[in-house]
Amino acid sequence: MFIFLFLLLTIVLSIPIGRYMSKVFEGQRTFMTPLLSPIERFIYRLIQVDEKEEMNWKKYAYSLIVFNLISIASLFLLQLLQGILPLNPRGLSGVRWDTALNTAISFVTNTNWQSYAGETTMSYLTQMLGLAVQNFVSAAVGIATILVFIRGFTRKNTDNLGNFWVDMTRSVLYILLPLSIILSIILVSQGVVQTFNSYAIVQTLEGSTQTIPLGPAASQVAIKMLGSNGGGFFNANSAHPFENPNSITNFFETLSILLLPMSLVFAFGYMVRNFKQGIAIFSVMMILLLMGLGVALWSESQTNPLMQKLGISDGNLEGKEIRFGVAESVLWSVATTAVSNGGVNSMHDSTMPLTGLVYLFNMGTGEVIFGGLGVGLAGMLFYVILTMFIAGLMIGRTPEFLGKKLGPEEMKMALVPLILPPAAILIFSAIALSIPEGLAGINNPGSHGLSEILYAYFSALANNGSAFAGLSANTVFYNLTTGLGILIGRFATIIPAIAIAGSLSQKGKVPVNSASFPTTGPLFVIMVTAVIIIIGALTYFPIFALGPGLEHLLMLGR
Amino acid sequence: MNIAQGSEKMKEGTSGIFQKKILLEAFKGSFSRLDPIKLLNNPVMLIVEIVALIATLLTIKDIFGGTSVSFDLQITIWLWFTVLFANFAEAIAESQGKARAESLKQTRSEAKAKQILDNGSITEVSALSLKKNDIVLITEGEVIPSDGDIIEGTALVDESAITGESAPVVRESGGDKCGVTGGTKLLSGTIKVKITVDPGHTFLDNMISMVESAKRQKTPNEQALELLLIGLSVLFLAVVITLRAFSSYMGISISIPILIALLVCLMPTTIGALLPAIGIAGMDRLLQHNVIALSGRAVEAAGDVSVVLLDKTGTITLGNRMATEFIPAAGIGYKDLIEVSLMSSLADETPEGRSIVKLAKRELDIHGRDIHAPENSHFVPFTPETRMSGVDIGSRRIRKGSASAIEDFVRSNGGNVSTEMQNMIRDVSTKGDTPLVVADDTGILGVIRLKDIVKKGINERLLQLRNMGIKSIMITGDNQLTAASIAAEAGVDDFAAEAKPETKLAMIRKYQSGDNQYLVAMIGDGTNDAPALAQADVAVAMSAGTSAAREAANMVDLDSSPSKLLDIVEIGKEILITRGALTTFSIANDVAKYFAIIPAIFSVAYPQLGILNIMGLSTPSSAVLSAVIFNAIVIPLLIPLALRGVKYRSTSSVSQLLSMNILIYGVGGLIIPFAGIKLIDIIITLSGAAGG
Repeated sequence: MFIFLFLLLTIVLSIPIGRYMSKVFEGQRTFMTPLLSPIERFIYRLIQVDEKEEMNWKKYAYSLIVFNLISIASLFLLQLLQGILPLNPRGLSGVRWDTALNTAISFVTNTNWQSYAGETTMSYLTQMLGLAVQNFVSAAVGIATILVFIRGFTRKNTDNLGNFWVDMTRSVLYILLPLSIILSIILVSQGVVQTFNSYAIVQTLEGSTQTIPLGPAASQVAIKMLGSNGGGFFNANSAHPFENPNSITNFFETLSILLLPMSLVFAFGYMVRNFKQGIAIFSVMMILLLMGLGVALWSESQTNPLMQKLGISDGNLEGKEIRFGVAESVLWSVATTAVSNGGVNSMHDSTMPLTGLVYLFNMGTGEVIFGGLGVGLAGMLFYVILTMFIAGLMIGRTPEFLGKKLGPEEMKMALVPLILPPAAILIFSAIALSIPEGLAGINNPGSHGLSEILYAYFSALANNGSAFAGLSANTVFYNLTTGLGILIGRFATIIPAIAIAGSLSQKGKVPVNSASFPTTGPLFVIMVTAVIIIIGALTYFPIFALGPGLEHLLMLGR
Repeated sequence: MNIAQGSEKMKEGTSGIFQKKILLEAFKGSFSRLDPIKLLNNPVMLIVEIVALIATLLTIKDIFGGTSVSFDLQITIWLWFTVLFANFAEAIAESQGKARAESLKQTRSEAKAKQILDNGSITEVSALSLKKNDIVLITEGEVIPSDGDIIEGTALVDESAITGESAPVVRESGGDKCGVTGGTKLLSGTIKVKITVDPGHTFLDNMISMVESAKRQKTPNEQALELLLIGLSVLFLAVVITLRAFSSYMGISISIPILIALLVCLMPTTIGALLPAIGIAGMDRLLQHNVIALSGRAVEAAGDVSVVLLDKTGTITLGNRMATEFIPAAGIGYKDLIEVSLMSSLADETPEGRSIVKLAKRELDIHGRDIHAPENSHFVPFTPETRMSGVDIGSRRIRKGSASAIEDFVRSNGGNVSTEMQNMIRDVSTKGDTPLVVADDTGILGVIRLKDIVKKGINERLLQLRNMGIKSIMITGDNQLTAASIAAEAGVDDFAAEAKPETKLAMIRKYQSGDNQYLVAMIGDGTNDAPALAQADVAVAMSAGTSAAREAANMVDLDSSPSKLLDIVEIGKEILITRGALTTFSIANDVAKYFAIIPAIFSVAYPQLGILNIMGLSTPSSAVLSAVIFNAIVIPLLIPLALRGVKYRSTSSVSQLLSMNILIYGVGGLIIPFAGIKLIDIIITLSGAAGG
């Protein structure tokens, strides 16, 4: 019941936000325009951008890549040099090169995989100027990607796909910034810390001293949740009482995981002038989310048979914060793996095997169940294109979607994000399992160890960033392979999305009428859902059987 | 040829698939296609061939190594069968076209031609040496040496060599029926023909190379689908290769033949094997409808067409107007008018004239041919100058003709046309019919209503088009009123009246470049249709039409039947549906194969995973073997479907069609292999074959 109301509220909130987003991105006036448009114009003057200038797909992709490269380089340097830079009350030294590189890649790509512990590694300056800034702009890059994709469908006979800098500015200024200010205020009011003071040193009851890490956490937590980032201020992420102190903050944080990814789906519906299409795609995502949620909730409400022998029978509470309990933890985790957020409020390593399987599946499908900001919906559109190729022919027409014919060019571009990341997950995991550097990271042998490694690469390739937490991943091997994986996962989605838009926008529109594939009906929803499940299942069947599947069976003692 | 005959032909063709000779040819073809160079065209099957080769080498190595090879050997054999079955599918699809090409080659004439040189003299040359713009003389009984347009004379031509249609057709100079085709036979008449093609490019040559060419260009949709199949194959390759690392970490060792078996089962071999056959078979089906597609792209586009331009005459209406009513003028008896009309039409051989005789006989209740013109009568035929025809009986001149012509006639006799009469004439026109006015020296006797008769069944066919989401537009030179009336009766969606030759071109451009880009199909025959044909996405020229029209088109209808467009659209859709259905089926099949192979591999080391063996297959080796065998034999089992195509049911809505196909090929594709693999497993277990 709690979950039902929660989802209902999220949907109700995300529809108007979606409408607002569609207006912002189409350059229409909104209630925020009087306040923000002077700032927007000022930024354009500052970075010398002509708001009206349109880019073709190559120029757009070029701007995006250059922006990301500069971001990675500067974040990398910031970490290496943080020891001699200000706002470092704890006097933390520079970050190790491989960790810094991994972190730079990870935050620039909206992944926020953290192989380090925040409070003992990053200075306040790095957290704020580096990580928090990237939390905003990496989310905006994702939004820019889906905007171009949508323009590919809505525009015709043109090369023009919008302006990268304008899209970035509007995303941050009109959407991410206002919402995270609101969320920060709520969080601070509930006790999330926000201070530049150094860590507190307190006397414990036993008389010894304890250092309690503090910092400007609330502002970063807000965007971490909203921007599908997930990189925690503290190592324990949102299980940490200073990031997520009580059920109220937990409620708002969970809500903000789903809020913008959901809103974007509705914004898509508005922007393609076919709201029903938005609802159809929303339904696919919702069905997949609920299926995973159902399995995970059932699985976590079971008590581990090994624990049962010890007389414990309250569901699987290992690795969970008692203040959240099973339902709130599972809801969070399903949402965070589905949405590519990656923030956690419980220990995924300690979940039941089948729950872990749900988390793996959510990521393995390429984060399309709402998914990361922008890129999630883009990934879903790739699946839609695939579905139209497989099943769309069955009405006796060549495949089309939203009035655009899908040809070899679109197929080629859709195959890259659908095939490269899963193949890379398998290959990286296989390498890790075959060499000592990889095997050294495993905490538990057997099936669970397999799951730990799989989770790391699933999370990297899906740009999720959450960790199973069993794996010791802060080694050169894992930092480099996950870093590479993150890059593949990110750009194998973004570049094809922009390229496909370049091809689609040049085409004219074919009429959508009674003879077209009914892409807003239940059949469409069922087909897309089935394609996602089948392709996912076909790719991961063997490893899921050996990993979580076998672990589950062994646990039951069969 | 009408549509009924067409489907008759098609039945013949379908049963012909399994003729012994064709089967034998295809059997040989499936081996000659093992050549890897030839398989480059079909990457999925190329991968299967490569892994089959690896499996073979491993098995041979094991034979010399002295280990038991029975299981590996069986896997290897079935892998080769998979490739052979795929080759067989393509070969059998091609053999049909080849058989047709053979029979065409026999008709290619080695005959001599009488060429008229510039100085007017006639020399005998070989038909094969005729070039463009040469002029030849052809007399009765000769075979027409090459393609061309008649520039002088009228001919009765037997085109059965090309169309298979025995009824001879009339071809004459001028007009839109001047085209003759090399290889056909002149039955009567003497004609001069201007050759329009160079040697090797005649219609017959094109047709032969079209139907037998193995190097068919892939259509965009085939290319896209092939990319998908390659992509999936690559993904499954990654799955299978990495599986070795995962299982060895878990302490399981998997032999390479089993990995290969898994790979081949997962790869979309079913659709990969049948994809080329589907396309070729589609062209063959068009051929059975006597349509030659000059590009595969056009056949595919036919499935996407959303606007068709239809000529009124011949497509929507029977060619000619028919008399349906006699309306006497004031003071003239009904029977009197009929008798006069009958007299004036007895010798009139035009279709209109004959229809008047027929109607008059029915109205007067006379049967048989017991009516003769009076002794002193003299028939006056229609001339463009008078625009009337009629009969002189003694001194009485009876005339019938268009309102304006008869009015002139009456006035020249000093008569007058009453307003009442004018109203009556206008009344007929406003209903969209043509008034044929009858008069004699005394004045107007009455009006015969001539009606354009809409073809039987055209309503249903147009409704089918509408259900397919295709907009039909009637093109006619008639005036607005007539056009509107016929359009309403036939049920076309729109019409263009008083159309000039350039109207079609303008219309196609408008639909192709508007806010929505429609794909337009049209059928045409005349030279003035050529620009429009060149512009249309699906352009069907009638083989009776001018060579300009044939050159501009991307399909040629040998029967010159204007309603062929509907068949073409249907076949285009069937090809696409078949592709989609088999792709869906192929991918859905994989689920069951996983459930057969994965537990077989893992349950030796981890008996717990035996729980995945939901089919209850008897042993691990029989499970793997069953999956491989199923994967192989499903190909030949589906060949008939690939050749015949999935039927397009135009009566149902798109959603119904889709849900039906998803149910059969999607859900069916999930379930059938479970049953199939289980069945094969039972057979293997009973026969004790999987003794590995």
